[in-house]
Amino acid sequence: MYTQSMSVPDDKGSRSVQPMAVTEPADRMARFDACIDADGRIEPQDWMPEAYRKTLVRQISQHAHSEIVGMLPEGNWIGRAPSLKRKAILIAKVQDEGGHGLYLYSAAETLGTSRDQMLQALHEGKAKYSSIFNYPTLTWADVGVIGWLVDGAAIMNQIPLCRCSYGPYARAMVRVCKEESFHQRQGYESLMVMMRGTPAQREMVQDAVNRWWWKCLAMFGPPDADSPNSVQGMRWGIKRVSNDELRQQFVDATVPQAKLLGVSLPDPLLKWNEARGHHDYGPIDWDEFWHTVNGNGPCNKERLATRVKAHEDGAWVREAALAHARKRQQANLKEAA
Amino acid sequence: MSTSRPSTEPAALKEWPLWEVFVRSKQGLEHKHCGSLHAADAAQALVMARDVYTRRQEGVSIWVVPSRAITASSPDDKGELFDPAADKIYRHPTFYDIPNEVGHM
Repeated sequence: MYTQSMSVPDDKGSRSVQPMAVTEPADRMARFDACIDADGRIEPQDWMPEAYRKTLVRQISQHAHSEIVGMLPEGNWIGRAPSLKRKAILIAKVQDEGGHGLYLYSAAETLGTSRDQMLQALHEGKAKYSSIFNYPTLTWADVGVIGWLVDGAAIMNQIPLCRCSYGPYARAMVRVCKEESFHQRQGYESLMVMMRGTPAQREMVQDAVNRWWWKCLAMFGPPDADSPNSVQGMRWGIKRVSNDELRQQFVDATVPQAKLLGVSLPDPLLKWNEARGHHDYGPIDWDEFWHTVNGNGPCNKERLATRVKAHEDGAWVREAALAHARKRQQANLKEAA
Repeated sequence: MSTSRPSTEPAALKEWPLWEVFVRSKQGLEHKHCGSLHAADAAQALVMARDVYTRRQEGVSIWVVPSRAITASSPDDKGELFDPAADKIYRHPTFYDIPNEVGHM
């Protein structure tokens, strides 16, 4: 589901790719480049430059973390869903997000980093996840809007990733995208039901749209001009479409959906530009985006604390399962002897 | 997802082992690799594979195999292993010219 700007660095400060310290063997590098140029695919055991590997580990693990942390704001509403049907749908969606996280962790592990290392980086606050989850879900309408807009933005971002040059990531994304469509549709449908309800319900939808719209536009990441990592990502076939292009696609796709739903989008500058064949939209508040990315959004601390607590509370289960498996294995060995 | 993974895993002792998951989507088709997961043992790996890879009836049967049990060919041997087949085009039916009158053969 949920990627943001994949060009966000994990470590504070450095916003661009560090100059390569290692020199890669020229013949292998040439073969790698030729494969990328021919739109080929790289598989786990193939040789790859260290910087390619590092970029992928960072991007795929950020993506995985986003899926896992993304379960939290919606999970908050499972106990409060307005009907059994909505509760079942929401549980299924949250379970999907967990599954997406697992596909992605597996993909990242093929690059030689362990699951524990990735989780540790997340829990220590060293690894990023999508900033969108550092905002609270205040009303039931937020759950619908997250499906419609947040998942909608994520789908825009993820469809080109199905063609990523790294095989395991691309395959994970194909699976994710197949499941994602349900997420967006259930959100939109739930909002349609509310829009047919009372004035208070309609207001609730509009309020949620107002709060989430700009954050969704920021999900696509900094403008191309401020996104130095994107160029290298494009060169490597990891990123196929630029942040600004994806953002534009999202705006163009969403405007008619909003109209049909009967809500307005909170941007006075939003209007159709005949000459460009696209919608123009107002400036995005990037200071707020970076503020949140760097740990100071309204829910950053709460999200991470919840994640760490869940991990720690589950430690005895993981240890017990492993101890049980070892005991059984030894019993089997004895029997065989 | 992959088979050979670098063994530089400091936390590996505490981590559940890795399993590769193969799913048969319907009777009559082969099991196909669909991903991997961590589980303490085979029974748990099967249950987890059910939840992770078949939430939408994607399968009627699951295999789980410890990742370390898989032996894979090395990409460096690709040429040596597979190139010898490249010049044996007579192994393909299209190599042979047969008169049209013969019909489908």
